[in-house]
Amino acid sequence: MSLRRLAPPEIQPASFAFSAENALWAQATIAKYPQGRQASAVISLLWRGQEQEGWVSHPMVESVAKMLSMPFIRVLEVATFYTMFNLEPVGTYLVQVCTTTPCWLRGSDAVVAACKKHIHPHEKTVSADGKFSWMEVECLGACVNAPMLQIDKDFYEDIDGPGTEQLIADLRAGKAIKPGPQNSRTSSEPEGGATSLSDPSLFDGSIIGKYKVQPPQPALTDAEAKKPTQAASDREAPKQKPPGAAT
Amino acid sequence: MLADKDRIFTNLYGFQDVGLEGAKKRGQWDNTKAILELGPEGIVDIMKKSGLRGRGGAGFPTGLKWSFMPKEIKERPHYLVVNADESEPGTCKDRDIMRNDPHTLVEGCLVASFAMRAHACYIYVRGEFIREREALQRAVDEAYAAKLIGKNNIHGWDFDLYVHHGAGAYICGEETALLESLEGKKGQPRLKPPFPANVGLYGCPTTVNNVESIAVAPTIIRRGADWFAGIGRPNNTGTKVFCISGHVNKPCNVEEEMGIPLRELIDKHCGGVRGGWDNLLAVIPGGASVPLLPKSICDDVLMDFDSLKAVQSGLGTAAVIVMDKSTDVIKAIQRLAYFYKHESCGQCTPCREGTGWMWRVMTRMVKGDAKVSEIDLLQEVSKEIEGHTICALGDAAAWPIQGLIRHFRPEIEKRIAEFAKVAAQ
Repeated sequence: MSLRRLAPPEIQPASFAFSAENALWAQATIAKYPQGRQASAVISLLWRGQEQEGWVSHPMVESVAKMLSMPFIRVLEVATFYTMFNLEPVGTYLVQVCTTTPCWLRGSDAVVAACKKHIHPHEKTVSADGKFSWMEVECLGACVNAPMLQIDKDFYEDIDGPGTEQLIADLRAGKAIKPGPQNSRTSSEPEGGATSLSDPSLFDGSIIGKYKVQPPQPALTDAEAKKPTQAASDREAPKQKPPGAAT
Repeated sequence: MLADKDRIFTNLYGFQDVGLEGAKKRGQWDNTKAILELGPEGIVDIMKKSGLRGRGGAGFPTGLKWSFMPKEIKERPHYLVVNADESEPGTCKDRDIMRNDPHTLVEGCLVASFAMRAHACYIYVRGEFIREREALQRAVDEAYAAKLIGKNNIHGWDFDLYVHHGAGAYICGEETALLESLEGKKGQPRLKPPFPANVGLYGCPTTVNNVESIAVAPTIIRRGADWFAGIGRPNNTGTKVFCISGHVNKPCNVEEEMGIPLRELIDKHCGGVRGGWDNLLAVIPGGASVPLLPKSICDDVLMDFDSLKAVQSGLGTAAVIVMDKSTDVIKAIQRLAYFYKHESCGQCTPCREGTGWMWRVMTRMVKGDAKVSEIDLLQEVSKEIEGHTICALGDAAAWPIQGLIRHFRPEIEKRIAEFAKVAAQ
């Protein structure tokens, strides 16, 4: 596990409040859970707060605790336990590079090197222009499209060192970038075309009504019950030989 | 090779319409009412006969799990919780189901909830899957709008489906940690018993299932237990989404028959191992938690629960991580050791302290800066962690290292000898 603390007091903001829109959203989210179980919404609310402010601050933790009638410490525990909560300010674009084994095997070191070169030599440090910060993260779950990185909500997959440099340069210049695989793939199919799912009858609607639900057959029928069965006194082991019999 | 007509996830790659209309054309939501008319016992019976084993890694029979729920609703409501906290390194199958074929999951939630007499279901999606969560929410909204689910829906079983999300914690993929997290706490696993079927979410009877286990259920029931049981091998039946990553020419996800030979899987769908089959070094066959297999075993091993167990590994989530001969296999496992150190929840001492210890020793072994006797020590410590923790994360951290020592001990010894030689000069 990793040690995580809230940011030092000197960089904490004086106050936090959800925007009017987010406050409405929060009420709807709390209503998803049974009465008295509003604590279930804590991750969602903190996440929304982070989307609004960029990071989770002390006043935000206090505010969420109040909204959910939870003790401050319970919300603090959640904020420090879950690693997606940024406890310090981050760049406008937070570049999260997956470096776990499947991505490492496909060359995530080059992606990290590109971030070091074009953002900051150290992770979790905001770049000079304030626009970027980067960090290594554990498996993001797009392993067949490795290596990959995440910026905000989107995954950028099948990327390499030069591709990462280009991505950062484009973002810096304010150009639009394309999420998803950066090569010719559209999702997780093999590059160059899928090896399965080519049968058009799967998609044209001809499958509707093709399969009728069959009630399961009873495990035993009356006919089976009448079959003669082995007597309970039958022995499975061979009978004992009388003493003195030839072995 | 599995025929297209026997594939369940017909929009795995998202080439077709993801919305409700497209899903219906692919046979989802096709007379779901007839499924519910079988009654809870009928559904559980078909699931048992199909031989479906849970797709989340442990391989527990799904129908049996469903049958553990109380047979009638008493003062406590029942819940279904779907585990979409897919974080096992190498695994990315649930992601494709949620973003490309979400209606299989939504329909599965209705069927499974009905079978377990639950009127509410929560889907716990990992925090990083933001677009996937949005896609799933769109499918849920469509189903509500078409009155397929919700209060007074056309299927006659009041049912609410909620999409919930985490915020980056591997451990929340463990079912009781997931429940803790869903209740708004730190994701630290609970001691079992009591099992979730007795005391689960909010202290109520709950079943936690993997996305794939739930999503395949409607198709199994529609096409019959015999169809599903006829694919694969006895006790390892049906189809499975495999995720093949690492050093293959074309990494991909693909739905295949259980028990397909590993080599056939890689050659047919992934364009073979980079540099040819003879360039293969090792394969991790079931996600980061299972021990790796050297090439000699990979040559003819079958990809199912029992075959992989027989070679001291496991099918896990069927996430195949391929390593060719250019790989520093010690470094690959050391990186996994770091993963487990990072993701340990800190509750049990053997895991909290042990994962960090193993990572530090592994880091030295990558360089060779260790003694040969430390290999045995590492093995011994990993055995002390395995089985001595509340959840299986301790086991999962120990197994990859045990696998490395089992199959690549000479490699580690060679590295140590080389380091000693350089140091002596």
